[in-house]
Formats: sequence, structure tokens, C-alpha cells
Amino acid sequence: MAWIPVTHKDEQEMLQAIGVSSVDCLFEDIPPSLRLKSWNIPEGLSEIEAYQHLEALSKKNETGYVSFVGGGYYDHYIPAVVDYLSQRGEFSTAYTPYQPECAQGTLQAIYEYQTALCRLTDMEVANASLYDGGTALFEAIMLAVRVTGRRKVKIIPGLNPIYEQMIRTHIANLDLELEYGDEPEGCACIVGATPDFFGNIHDFTAIAEKCHSASALMIIQFYPIALGIMKTPGEMGADIAVGEGQSLGLPLGFGGPYLGLFAARKEYIRKMPGRICAMTVDKQGKRGFVLTLQAREQHIRREKAMSNVCSNQALCALRALIYLCEVGKQGLIEVAQDCYSKTEYLKKKLSAFATVINPKPTFNEFVVRLPIPAEKVILKFKQNGILPGIPLKSLLEHCKQQIPCKDKDGNTYGEEGDLLIAVTEKRTQKELDMLAELIRANIS
Amino acid sequence: MYPEDVRYTENHEWIGEEDGLYIVGISEYAQEQLGDVTYVELPEIGRHVRQKEPVAQVESVKAAEDIYAPVTGVIVEVNEALEGEPELINLDPYGKGWCFKMDDIDTAQYRRLMNREAYEKYLKSL
Repeated sequence: MAWIPVTHKDEQEMLQAIGVSSVDCLFEDIPPSLRLKSWNIPEGLSEIEAYQHLEALSKKNETGYVSFVGGGYYDHYIPAVVDYLSQRGEFSTAYTPYQPECAQGTLQAIYEYQTALCRLTDMEVANASLYDGGTALFEAIMLAVRVTGRRKVKIIPGLNPIYEQMIRTHIANLDLELEYGDEPEGCACIVGATPDFFGNIHDFTAIAEKCHSASALMIIQFYPIALGIMKTPGEMGADIAVGEGQSLGLPLGFGGPYLGLFAARKEYIRKMPGRICAMTVDKQGKRGFVLTLQAREQHIRREKAMSNVCSNQALCALRALIYLCEVGKQGLIEVAQDCYSKTEYLKKKLSAFATVINPKPTFNEFVVRLPIPAEKVILKFKQNGILPGIPLKSLLEHCKQQIPCKDKDGNTYGEEGDLLIAVTEKRTQKELDMLAELIRANIS
Repeated sequence: MYPEDVRYTENHEWIGEEDGLYIVGISEYAQEQLGDVTYVELPEIGRHVRQKEPVAQVESVKAAEDIYAPVTGVIVEVNEALEGEPELINLDPYGKGWCFKMDDIDTAQYRRLMNREAYEKYLKSL
């Protein structure tokens, strides 16, 4: 990114141009009583000092572990080209780069991202992205409520409890009812996740059909990498497909920034949230890209807008697009197959001496029930450079879930020994063997 | 410009009687304020609506506005031509650009709506 200095002279010139005498004048509309009297900001540091300070902070991060942690956010490989292209200055520009006359590159990237997402999910339309998977799911529910005029929403058990909490927070002051179940009569929508939070793969085709006979919408929360080998939301008859896009070239961060994937049937496009990019021609007949259908959005429709989300995650969406282009159709199949088969390998190994709870096929995650508390295992394995997974009970409790927690088929989770293990294509056979051996040694 | 034989609301809908039903659209003033209409979302047939309830939406290149039910009643027909040609609203707001038809309306409410003279006076006050 360019270094843009502002000298005292620059500042004076800018103030003069707008006809005010000082920067303070810009804040005159704020009553003095509401303005800050003092700033708790330390003295400035020299470059050397700032560098040393930041270096010391970064050393507090614990990195380099072999990670089996998932729970909705996964340690997938990020091809070098993703960093290289997404960090080009042309893409990391100012906020809200939507003006067609000066942002054709960004708008084209968003348009291509939407196209890629539609092809990935077999859905008809996609928006320019939302903040994260949980936000996308909440927005999907609100779309279903707008379309059907109904107030009841049902969640098929097994949804990521983090998402469930996000939904509950968002609807706390809305006149909506949230229940568990898959009977769509009288509902705005049914929400189902595949793979679910415990890794189980589901086919929602029959439930989607039931939804359509009951004039309810089927919302499917998907895992983009899994679509390399799994039935897509479109193939199952989803009306709206949402997911977390982190696995598509975004590094694991403490809370993000992540990427909310959102796609739907075309008939709902005017009730969809967020930005939508479209391809058109200019006065001279040349191809160009613009934002479209903006009458849905709050800068035009004000309080009756479809959503208060009027931005998108352009840079994260760009990374997802580059990732998908780089791996390609065949590559995505291979990544997904790798995740699937390495997980099956580990499940088989662990089954010899521990209980794998999932009775059905899983994608890249599963729950193993250990005879010792999962928390202990985690602390212990950290010393060997391994993060073996998520202690399921603590996470479920933290997300205010009832214990035991059920999945769609009635299997229960949440005992002290339950460990949620994720395996991505990055894990080597050696690492899988090491984890299995550590677990075996610790429980016998 | 403003037909004599229909009644008007403060939100710029018009409603007039035709073959025993009541036909609803938006006024010349409304279409002009909106600019080029690009999309019209019409209500469901058979829907019971109350006076002043939002029942349809018009989108133009610069705005999106609700169309409200001018009176309480039932939606019995919608102008499907608007789906393909929303510009009919701009070209012929009292003719081919009608929006929907109502039945079983509250005739007392209908009688209380503005006539042309009152509506033109109302427009001048805006």
C-alpha cells in the first residue's frame, strides 16, 4: 500500500479549500459537552521502537502447532497466488470501491466471485458476500420471513452452535419464533447444515420437497470445500444456500475477517440482502460492471431496506475467487477427497481403541468419545506440538446449548470425553498416526 | 391530466369503479416523481387488505416506494403486463399502467377519498 504523508502545509491547503480555519472547526456540530476532553494515547514511538513493540506482541502468539481444530473454521492450505494477487495495491484500496467509473477491476472481481459461487452451489444468483457464515445464515432466515410473511423458523439439530447463538442474538428483539425440527408446515423456513457441526453428512432433498409443498423455504448451510465431492445445495433443492467462506483461501484469524457466502434462487433476488454486481454495456457498447438492483438497499429504501448490511467483504471474496480459480474444478474435488479420506483413515485408527460417535459418513470432522476429559488431553498434547481438537462439552456450554446436544438423527454429544476432531488436506499421514498414537497411549 | 371519474389518496394512489370492481393505480404526479419505473411487485390474488396497508411496490431508477391499499377490500386481479413492461406506469398511469383490482371494498372509505378537485388542491399544498 502506498505511503501517503500529510504535511502541515497539505493540511492548511485542504482546510483553506473547504473554507475553515482549523481541524477543530470540523467538529463544531458536536456539542462541546459531548466532545472528548483528553485522549489516553501514549507518546508516539520511533520506527525502531514501534517495530520492537509489535514484534514483542507477536511473540505472544503461539503458532506452529499441528492443528486438528475445526468447529466451522478450518486449517486449509492457501496457495501462494492467493496472497500474491490479493495483496496487489489495486485491490487493497479505499473502503466502498463501488463507483463503476473508477472501480471496474474490483467490480469485475466481485461479479466473477458471484459467478463462481453460483457454479459451486448450483444456485441461480449470489450476492457480493456478507460478513461471515453466521451473518449470512441470519440474513437467509430474514429473506425467508420476507418472502413467506411467516414468523416461525425451524432449525434441524446439528447446526453450528456459534451460528445458533448469532441468530438468537440477531432476532432477540424481533417477533420471530425459533424451534428445532424439520416439519415445515406454517414455517418461513427450515435451516439444515451439511456437514453438520459434528461432521455428519446429510441429504436434505426430501425435506426440501416437503418445504416446497408447505410453501416454506429450505435454507442449506454448506461447507464450500466439501462441495468438491458432496451433493450441492442446488441439487438438494435449496431455496437459499449460505456458508462460511473462510476455507477458500482465508487464514484462520481470531474472529476473522471471514466471508459470508450467500446464494439463492433467482425469484428471490429482489428480496436478497447485500450488494449485487452485474455485467452491462456502456454508452459505447463496451462491457462494464456495476452494482445493480440497489432499490433493495438502505441508501434508497431507508428503513424498508431488505437488510442493514450495505457492504461486503470485497477483499475476502476476492481471495475466495482466486482460491477457486487456482484449484479449479478438479483441484477442489481432490482437496475434498483428501479431507474425506484422511478423516476416514483417522476414524478407523481411533475406532480400534476409542469410540467414534458418528454412525454415518462424515466430511472432515467427527467426534471421538475418550474415557478421560477432552480438556486434559488438549493441555497435554499441546506440549507435543499438537492441538488435537475442540473439547465439545465446554464449547457447547459456552454457546448455551443443552447438554446432551442432539444431531438430526438423535445421536447425543457433549460428554466430558467428547473431542471434536477436524482433518484437512494439510494433515500428513505421519501427523494422523502421531495423534492416534498419543490418544492410545493416554487412555490405556 | 387527472381524470374526473376516479378518487385519490394522499399517498397518490387512484381508485375507480369499473364493471363492478375497483381498479387501482398510481397518479400522474406519483409516476413523475418516481421517474422511469423498472419493476413492479404486485400483490397476491385473493389477499384481504386493510386501508393504508402496503400491498405492492414500485421501483424506479432512483427510488422504491410502496403502493398502499386505498380502501379495505380483497385483491381480485393484478396487471400482469407490468411484469414485462413496468414502463406502462409512466406511459399510461390511468390506463394500461393500472396495478390491481379490488372487490368487496369498504364503500364508505371510498366515498371519503379525494375527488379530482380536492387532489389537485392537495398537490398544490405539497
